[in-house]
Amino acid sequence: MANRKASRAVDIAPRSLAEVRTETVECDLLIIGGGNAGCFVATEAKRLDPSLRVVIMEKAEIMRSGACSAGMDALNTYIPEGKTPEDLVRWSRAQVGGGPLREDLALSNAEELNEAIDDLERWGLPILRDADGKIRYRGKWDISIHGEQLKPIMAEKAIEAGAEVYNRVAGTGLLMDGGRCVGATGLGVRDGAFHVFRAKSVVVSTGGAGTLYKSYTADSTDSGAQIWMCPYCVGSGYAMGFRQGAELSSLEQRWVATRTKDFCGPVDTISVGYKAPIINCKDERVMSRYAHLGGDAAPRFIRANAPMEEWLAGRGPCYCDTRNMAPELVQAMMTDYLNERPSFVLFLASRGQDVTKEAIEIYGSDPYIMGGHTMGGFWVDMQRMTTVPGLFAAGETAGGNPNKFVGGCAAEGKLAARGAIAYMAAGLEKPDEAAVSAQVESEKARVFAPLLRGKDYDGVTPTEMKERLQRLMDEYAGGSSQFYRTNEERLDYALRHIKMLQSQFAYLKAADLHDLMQANETMDRVDVAEAVVHHLKARRETRWAGWQTRSDYPGRDDANFDCFVETRRDPVTGEVTAFTRPYEQLVPGDRFKA
Amino acid sequence: MPPRILTEKCNGCEGLPESRCEEACPGNLMVVDAATGKARCRCTRDCWDCMSCTKACPRAAIETRIPYQLGYHKASLRPIMGKDHITWKCVDIHGVETTYKYRNRLAAAPAIRTGKGV
Ligand SMILES: Cc1cc2nc3c(=O)[nH]c(=O)nc-3n(C[C@H](O)[C@H](O)[C@H](O)COP(=O)(O)OP(=O)(O)OC[C@H]3O[C@@H](n4cnc5c(N)ncnc54)[C@H](O)[C@@H]3O)c2cc1C
Ligand code: SF4
Ligand code: SF4
Repeated sequence: MANRKASRAVDIAPRSLAEVRTETVECDLLIIGGGNAGCFVATEAKRLDPSLRVVIMEKAEIMRSGACSAGMDALNTYIPEGKTPEDLVRWSRAQVGGGPLREDLALSNAEELNEAIDDLERWGLPILRDADGKIRYRGKWDISIHGEQLKPIMAEKAIEAGAEVYNRVAGTGLLMDGGRCVGATGLGVRDGAFHVFRAKSVVVSTGGAGTLYKSYTADSTDSGAQIWMCPYCVGSGYAMGFRQGAELSSLEQRWVATRTKDFCGPVDTISVGYKAPIINCKDERVMSRYAHLGGDAAPRFIRANAPMEEWLAGRGPCYCDTRNMAPELVQAMMTDYLNERPSFVLFLASRGQDVTKEAIEIYGSDPYIMGGHTMGGFWVDMQRMTTVPGLFAAGETAGGNPNKFVGGCAAEGKLAARGAIAYMAAGLEKPDEAAVSAQVESEKARVFAPLLRGKDYDGVTPTEMKERLQRLMDEYAGGSSQFYRTNEERLDYALRHIKMLQSQFAYLKAADLHDLMQANETMDRVDVAEAVVHHLKARRETRWAGWQTRSDYPGRDDANFDCFVETRRDPVTGEVTAFTRPYEQLVPGDRFKA
Repeated sequence: MPPRILTEKCNGCEGLPESRCEEACPGNLMVVDAATGKARCRCTRDCWDCMSCTKACPRAAIETRIPYQLGYHKASLRPIMGKDHITWKCVDIHGVETTYKYRNRLAAAPAIRTGKGV
């Protein structure tokens, strides 16, 4: 058991690959990404079999990493008394406009959900309860917490359970033996070493992909990462698996949400937690326009898109109307924000805004790929194994099963741990050593190339390439500047330029290790963006306006698209193909109603 | 300018193998400058404003600022970390101060209910 601390940053400038140290670790189970899901994979695996050597490769430091770095103010799903896991799946299905969704995954996750949240409370997470000890519900399914310490609480348990954490090692690629995964490699962003993890099974839980699209708050000098999602989860897990042929599912169902304007902060805290209505500049209730679709309880993509539609129709800005809130409620709401996104409180203070006099403005976010919110992620089986044997996925990284959030990502971490243990128990052959060593050497060369070129090389910086991609995605693949709309021609344009960016990886340069991490992140972003564009192209209909809007196919086409859109990249040629998989309704009932 | 280092307070976490702010940042943005011995943020435009560095600093040497392009000069929000609670002091651009204090950890709870909702 150990939390292997990183050192202070060192300056290294290797002149050749031979000067870069390779460090190899052997383990049973490797977890890439020690976030919310990753910590639960570790605790569950060690609980089931304490003799297993469980290693976490974490890009940041496990106490404050990923989506939960700043804390949380709610757990969005916890099944209340009188409701069943099937009810939760019905709600989740209605939230994504009747699906398609993977009801098999959703149901197994729902059955595991409450126990995972009970774990959190046992570990010391304050869940708010009323005077007679009943859990306080914020909405229909979500409960309030004081979760400022949520991330350290989960991390401490993973370490206490006996997982070994390698902090500040950013995963770059998978090691393969034939078609199966036998480990992964990572860049030591502080020690400058190339880390090789040899494992019997691997769970990838690197969160979702933010920063593929330009955020409207980004400007030429600052605010490049003031987005809602954790900007340090850039989709590396998707990229690593995709490059080795693991199938991606439903990336076209992007997560776009109504957020506070100019500071892309959470809005459910205000609109669900404090029932502040959404209004436009004429003081009209925006959601009343959508009464036939459920009004305030309309599916999430409709609620996300509604304020943007008001802007388009000339009725923006839009607000969450806090003007009638009592002072003690304002104090409680600010406390919620301090638990989840403290700098939003600072933002309001820096606007000098008294929310009882001036309503809180809202707007659409930039699009993210997040399999814990919408459905974009790896296609997995019930064991949470991807289509690559030995490679499992959990949390935002696993696809097909939306509305997981904190509790569902935790629950899925447990399921993936069980899946990986069952896979290892079946007995595994020894990998071909020569083939694995060859991969280690070629991956090391790929990862360190920008640093070896050095800062004086006449090439491209990681930031330049990131920003080129972000603008391309924003304008051609349905970003916020385009009100999320795209069409076939724009997507083809995006693909042509993504190919050019891929061919220019050979010009990326890095001045130091931090820069080198960013160069690798940028390559990952480009590879994930390519998949996203293929998904958007393949769904020739508009099923979830805002999340997925095709101006050239504005209607829903059930005859052809009531199914999953999938992509796979050929590991040898790099060619991406899109195809579909059928949807199966398992939980009876009206798909459009909860 | 997300983290603003109060250089008169920062001692670079002298003696520690890794400085606290450097350890905390989920984006690997904080670093102690070899020349000055003080912390700095490598690139303020990459900062998420998560305030992890600000919470972690034992000398209260970091202030989080909202970039001017988004919010006006100058408001402050200061976390004061207790063992099982946190106190926040917020001052807005008009000088109005508000304090918030709440519990952020339970004593590791005794066996509580499992399974279905309670
Ligand atoms: C601002 C905000 C507010 C939210 N509010 C709520 C809420 O109120 N209620 C709720 O239920 N849910 C909420 N969510 C959602 C919830 O936080 C996420 O769904 C969930 O925590 C994601 O868990 P995860 O393990 O999949 O990802 P994360 O917890 O993000 O973990 C990913 C981990 O992988 C690491 N990583 C990334 N790339 C690499 C790499 N290449 N190599 C190694 N490690 C890597 C990261 O550093 C991180 O530790 C919110 C999310 C955000 C961003
Ligand atoms: S944690 Fe505080 S004292 Fe330590 S280096 Fe950072 S700013 Fe300086
Ligand atoms: S506020 Fe968060 S992201 Fe910004 S420097 Fe501090 S720890 Fe890093």
